[in-house]
Amino acid sequence: MTDTLTAHSMGTPLVRQDAMAKVTGMAPYAYDHRQDDPAYLHPVQATIARGRVVQIDTTAADELDGVLLTLTRHNAPRLAESEDTEMHILQHDEVAFRGQLIGAVVARTPEIAREAAALVRVTYEEEATDARLSADREDLYRPEQVNGGFETDTDTGGVDAALASSAVQVDQTYTTPMEHNNPMEPHTTVALWQDEHLTLWDSIQGVHAAHTALAPLLRLEPEQLRVITPFVGGGFGSKGKPHSHEVLAAMAAMRLPGRAVKLALTRQQMFTLVGYRTPTINHVRLGADRDGRLQAISHEVVEQTARLYEFAEQTAVPSRTVYAAPHRRTSHRLATLDVPVPFWMRAPGECPGMHALEVAMDELAIACDLDPVELRVRNDTATDPETGLPFTHRDLVGCLREGADRFGWADRDPRPRQRREGDWLVGTGVAASTYPAMSMPGNTARIRYGLGRYTVEIGAVDIGTGTWTALAQIAADALECPVGHIDLRIGDSDLPQATVEGGSSGIASWGGAVVAAARAFRAEHGRLPAEWAQTEAELPESDVTQRFAPHSFGAQFAQVRVNARTGEVRVPRMLGVFSVGRIVNPRTAHSQLTGGMVMGLSMALHEHSVMDERWGHVVNHDLAGYHIASHADVCDVDAIWLDEVDEHLNPMGTRGIGEIGIVGAAAAIANATFHATGVRVRGLPLTPEHFLDH
Amino acid sequence: MEADITLVVDGERRSLTVDTRTSLLDALRDHLGVTSPKKGCDHGQCGACTVLLDGRRATTCLTFAVAQDGAEVITAVGLVTDGELHPVQEAFCENDAFQCGFCTPGQVCSVVGMLDELRAGHPSHVTADLTAEIGTDPAIEDDEIRERMSGNLCRCGAYGNILAAVRQVTSS
Repeated sequence: MTDTLTAHSMGTPLVRQDAMAKVTGMAPYAYDHRQDDPAYLHPVQATIARGRVVQIDTTAADELDGVLLTLTRHNAPRLAESEDTEMHILQHDEVAFRGQLIGAVVARTPEIAREAAALVRVTYEEEATDARLSADREDLYRPEQVNGGFETDTDTGGVDAALASSAVQVDQTYTTPMEHNNPMEPHTTVALWQDEHLTLWDSIQGVHAAHTALAPLLRLEPEQLRVITPFVGGGFGSKGKPHSHEVLAAMAAMRLPGRAVKLALTRQQMFTLVGYRTPTINHVRLGADRDGRLQAISHEVVEQTARLYEFAEQTAVPSRTVYAAPHRRTSHRLATLDVPVPFWMRAPGECPGMHALEVAMDELAIACDLDPVELRVRNDTATDPETGLPFTHRDLVGCLREGADRFGWADRDPRPRQRREGDWLVGTGVAASTYPAMSMPGNTARIRYGLGRYTVEIGAVDIGTGTWTALAQIAADALECPVGHIDLRIGDSDLPQATVEGGSSGIASWGGAVVAAARAFRAEHGRLPAEWAQTEAELPESDVTQRFAPHSFGAQFAQVRVNARTGEVRVPRMLGVFSVGRIVNPRTAHSQLTGGMVMGLSMALHEHSVMDERWGHVVNHDLAGYHIASHADVCDVDAIWLDEVDEHLNPMGTRGIGEIGIVGAAAAIANATFHATGVRVRGLPLTPEHFLDH
Repeated sequence: MEADITLVVDGERRSLTVDTRTSLLDALRDHLGVTSPKKGCDHGQCGACTVLLDGRRATTCLTFAVAQDGAEVITAVGLVTDGELHPVQEAFCENDAFQCGFCTPGQVCSVVGMLDELRAGHPSHVTADLTAEIGTDPAIEDDEIRERMSGNLCRCGAYGNILAAVRQVTSS
């Protein structure tokens, strides 16, 4: 048990502290900070997917009036060795994916920089491109571990025998496509090298994550680098680490002392340089007895990584935890391709993995002639099947029951293709949701008192999640003062060390440090501190994961309409019910949870980065070709949560809400399309052609 | 090639010299330091750069600055009068109609422009009766608003709250 805070400000729907700045457009994102006479960088990218740069000729670019600098491997600063080979740009002649950074032009204006970049002549020694992912490749390999530090494979009991002897079996393959995060704010870095110090105004989910990665790589002492990020225009994982463009901007700035160098990636460049969700191929086998009790779960995943750098998504990991089954197997195999480096996209692992498992569960429900809500209830478990540990709090059943009640599930006719309204076939679907609760070590907060106000400082970041507001509410409760007495300072690497806004861990990690600092402040300075009293404290280490399995759960319900003539899928209604611990701010939490569900809807209906395997190139690399949900797609999407305080994890009682909203959303919609049409679609997105000719 | 132009931005007359390749968006952001409109795609696909251009909503990345000599531009900042937020901005704040905020200035300008179009009786793709007086209909359907706002993407998925904000304005 932790010493849980008494909630006064927490739990109230405080309006975002940055609301006025955002509705006027005055909140400064990376590019918006005023710079004196800045210069503009345009990258030079490889136009082959694999091979070697033989020659790079910048003569014409250098001669263009207004060009300040061309940068290639011939004159770029030497970087320190790094395990992250994605960052090692302009150091060698190897090309490992189309679009890789091989140079830069910096000019007086963005127009000149772009024109000059097009004048750079590059000759290559090109090798054959291999960008085809399939489960039958003979060179698939087993990574040492998968993202998050999870084991690559698990095998408990005797899955094959249990499957063979199960009365009811599902044995299918489910796929999710390559998808791109596409935050509205393109990845942007503004770099200024002045007096042997580098300042980066960076669009990043962690100022210290950027600082820790970039300072040694650029051969800088820690105090020579400062990363400033008061606002981020979304990230959804892609800004969870610095990518190669940050290095490029920094290198250019270090060649132009005293002049700020601005680099905002184009939307097209973001399909190459800042990560994406790997396509996944999920072979799922379920074995159950006649009344739906799972005997065996097998979830075997094939996905891709890049030749330049390995990223292994933990796609099968949720299948280790969600349902009880005595016999369980999960595995991950990778194909190494000549493609850009995959990375985090909202709920990496859980999001595509739970699509596979939860569509399979829908198929199992039908095979067992059981209601899909009831099937999930029957397979609930009090302990984590993988670790044997109890959950800090698990109420998947409560989410399913509450959701079924509110959604009007009880009178559902389970038979598919039974409801038609004009040209529209109508159906409903359900899926479970889960996400681990995490708290990251390495967070420190500082509290200062003066003039009746408390300044609370930590290098946290607000990527739209509401940190500016929720962290102030936590600080107010920890200091037992009104939230109006708190001055929060975040988004600067000169502030005390903080971990990345990722893994839904931000508020738990930073909030824990703020509470620790507040309690230390009170212990040191009492209720009536002297002017300018200050205290700094670190988030204490926790052994909770030795004793508990901390996970959140949820249930997603969706109603769809599928046009019988055109195959178009519409989603008139979605409801998510979540068990996520305490909600710090119901206003921003509702936005975050429904926002995740909308991204799941977007994944279900639209999102698909189309790889041209001949060239290793995403064909639809803009927002006209890569569709995301728009206003017209989103009707009645609602999220509620169970009234909970998790007393085991942190003093706030939270478990994190950034990602669980997307998990299971696409599966609920896919299952609803089956209920509407009788057509089982096992791949995403659910585009019209799947539902024609039936 | 360069050109001297004048723009009236948020009520202030501004003269500047631009490369004829400079978009209106870049002229505002890079030349005039008016960073309220945002660049999300530079291709007219996302709507983050929406302003009111001579009174109508427009994506500023899709027009050259030189083509807008003499034009009046109102950004989301310019909607504030005497320190008071525009009712649409107030409604966005109250309904939490944004998260990261990057598309928000464009959404706000788009709503203001869209409501003017409704009042003027412009039909949309989903308008069933093209002869009806849309602007005077107090029960504008949600689908009309969603359709008319679909040029403004929001990756945080705040659409439901944006609709609620628009509803708050139309019902008051």
